Amino acid sequence: MVDLTHGADGHAAPGHDEELELYHPTNWVTKYVFSQDAKVIAIQYGLTATAIGLVALVLSWLMRIQLAYPGLLAFIDADHYYQFITMHGMIMVVYLLTAIFLGGFGNYLIPLMLGARDMMFPYLNMLSYWIYLLAVLVLAAGFFVPGGPTGAGWTLYPPQAILANTPGQQWGIIIMLVSLMLFIIGFTMGGLNYVVTVLQGRTKGMTLMRMPLTIWGIFTATVMALLAFPALFVGALMMLFDRLLGTSFFMPSIVAMGEQLPTGGGSPILFQHLFWFFGHPEVYIVALPAFGIVSDLISTHARKNIFGYRMMVWAIVVIGALSFVVWAHHMYVSGMNPGFGFFFATTTLIIAVPTALKVYNWVLTLWRGDIHFTVPMLFALGFIVTFVNGGLTGLFLGNVVVDVPLSDTLFVVAHFHMVMGVAPILVIFGAIYHWYPKITGRMLDATLGKIHFWVTFLGAYAVFFPMHYLGLLGMPRRYFEMGETAFVPPSAHTLNEFMTIAALVVGAAQMLFLFNLAWSLRHGKEAGGNPWRATTLEWQTPETPPAHGNWGPELPVVYRWAYDYSVPGADRDFLPQNDPWPGEPAPAPDTAVAEGAR
Amino acid sequence: MEHLADDRVMQGHTAPPKMSGWRGFVADWASDQGAFKGVSWGKAMMWVFLLSDTFVFGCFLVAYMTARMSTVVPWPNPSEVFALEIGGTSVPLILIAIMTFVLISSSGTMALAVHYGYLRDRRKAGLLMLLTAFLGACFVGMQAFEWTKLIHEGVRPWENPWGAPQFGSTFFMITGFHGTHVTFGVIFLIIMARKVLRGDFDDGRRGFFTSRKGRYESVEIMGLYWHFVDLVWVFIFAFFYLW
Repeated sequence: MVDLTHGADGHAAPGHDEELELYHPTNWVTKYVFSQDAKVIAIQYGLTATAIGLVALVLSWLMRIQLAYPGLLAFIDADHYYQFITMHGMIMVVYLLTAIFLGGFGNYLIPLMLGARDMMFPYLNMLSYWIYLLAVLVLAAGFFVPGGPTGAGWTLYPPQAILANTPGQQWGIIIMLVSLMLFIIGFTMGGLNYVVTVLQGRTKGMTLMRMPLTIWGIFTATVMALLAFPALFVGALMMLFDRLLGTSFFMPSIVAMGEQLPTGGGSPILFQHLFWFFGHPEVYIVALPAFGIVSDLISTHARKNIFGYRMMVWAIVVIGALSFVVWAHHMYVSGMNPGFGFFFATTTLIIAVPTALKVYNWVLTLWRGDIHFTVPMLFALGFIVTFVNGGLTGLFLGNVVVDVPLSDTLFVVAHFHMVMGVAPILVIFGAIYHWYPKITGRMLDATLGKIHFWVTFLGAYAVFFPMHYLGLLGMPRRYFEMGETAFVPPSAHTLNEFMTIAALVVGAAQMLFLFNLAWSLRHGKEAGGNPWRATTLEWQTPETPPAHGNWGPELPVVYRWAYDYSVPGADRDFLPQNDPWPGEPAPAPDTAVAEGAR
Repeated sequence: MEHLADDRVMQGHTAPPKMSGWRGFVADWASDQGAFKGVSWGKAMMWVFLLSDTFVFGCFLVAYMTARMSTVVPWPNPSEVFALEIGGTSVPLILIAIMTFVLISSSGTMALAVHYGYLRDRRKAGLLMLLTAFLGACFVGMQAFEWTKLIHEGVRPWENPWGAPQFGSTFFMITGFHGTHVTFGVIFLIIMARKVLRGDFDDGRRGFFTSRKGRYESVEIMGLYWHFVDLVWVFIFAFFYLW
């Protein structure tokens, strides 16, 4: 750890990286609680996201029970049902998926996969987590305030979100908006870290085009998040003013309960634009890290290089860019100029091109590979199937004329649960099974893992596949109960019961997973440094779990891309990125790049 | 440059042909270790942050324009609303002109502070930063005066005597959010000036929170933020007061 020298003018000399001045923890609190080590922060993010995710899981159970057996649980009334919907959606999208992919996997994998000692700004990184935790606690506080959490739906559309008689209008909506703003502030702190570490903090030899696709996915998603979250921040702030100060940003003239409200002149559509300018990129903020991780899982467990690496990278970047010009496809029924509908339908359908390219490349990676049906691989394969499924219904909904009748039916619910609910969560599971040995030094139990996979995968299909059918029947979403509805046949109700039972079983299977996580911590098989015989740098650390600072005295030097599996002529079926084969053992330390600092 | 050479040595290959056009552009961005050569982490982070913050202000301004263009009630005339009575005559936009002048001038003093920082002239750099902070504080002070005047005249976030209620709401929200940025800038300028004057960047004293050593480059990074806040003001000025 040599401090680097600077030119007389205080600039870092060109080509020199400042060596990361690591904060060295001195006691238990700075090591495990207020830790500045990205690996600890990653685990904190992961555990917090999982904890709040369990709340969302229970809420989904309650909703399913209400749909299949209306009145069975007497405490669920219409207001509660809407509150459950809102909280389930917001928790899953923002506080679980975004946080665990970027805060969790991002923090753990970016420094390790790039050969860095830590994130570039560890203190900021620590703050990021604690503000995230605060956001989660504020969100959870919504359950305990008078009137309960907001029941406006996760899209929080005004004016209904802040009008009287919407559940949680009193406190819940304020809590929700404040929590979202806190989340965005905390995320920005972490996001700056991820972006700058990827751009400026790579080890020697690690060009951008040698980065594992996991990092490409997380990096692109973070850039998108830094550009998309501002819109939500602004929307949330303006709605907060509408609610607290009585401004009319989003409030038109309204007569409610026979009374003229004092608001007027605001535009509810403006909120929808701001929300979806965030909301649509958000879908890909969740999906792109999943794309990246799944590419690495498939390549590693099929012992074959990823097919079309460069195209995979470009597909990620293109999807990220396109996702900023499609947002209004969420607003076809809000009413807009038909020309805009045409534009947004076109851009939406164009996204199918790079996405399909990725799917083809995954399949071609598997083609004639040496496929090992390990637990991570099962989840990766499950992801591909589920994602294709959800993507195809996306083509339906991207077209204005098809979307208008299907919008506000269960078809939409089935679509987004498949594509951005089940699919990314399968990847999260796969990733946990894959990297748990590096994080803890022990393997997760494979038998429990396989049970977990099959129950989750088949169960999720049992829940969401019939939902497409119900949606095509015209069964509306967000209805507390159906009552006497002539166009919904009695058989649909049987299907509803079936889906609920499946949902309960899938939820229960997650308890098995949690048990596996806890049990394997002590009793799992010793993993060793590189149990999957993978090429990426995080598996080449001198210690497992990686020590503070990740690497020994020398940072690794990268000689190749991340996908050298089954290279003809090599003595093993994988070549780690820092393996110089077939060149000389190790290059002379390069004098041009701050020798001392390396 | 050195990085490209390193790559060749490492791979044991001969020099790759220098790429031009699109491929060369990509190769430059994707090159070894760092995308931006000679750019420190702190500076890169500030640029990324400013990009994100641009989107925040962009959304604010777009929201304001939407409100202004879709309102069915007349929008108050800014040159009358923001006029001051001086010596019995009404001078339009005079206060805002002075505020703009002060803020733009503070960008100049900030730039000088950066210059003297790199010359390691502690005293001049520190004092110029304090001067910048003073000008920033003046700006916020005048903004407070303007707010007070408007509030006395009956402007509220939810209504005003002259027309569309969105006038008050967007005015207080956008200038308030910008003023908050300036205020944070002033606070950080004072903290940084103290560090500079005390010589923290010369003797390698470690930061209170981050326990990292600071460098004179921090002055420049601070400057980036400050110039950004000025630039944003130019847009607010143009869209809110001149429109």
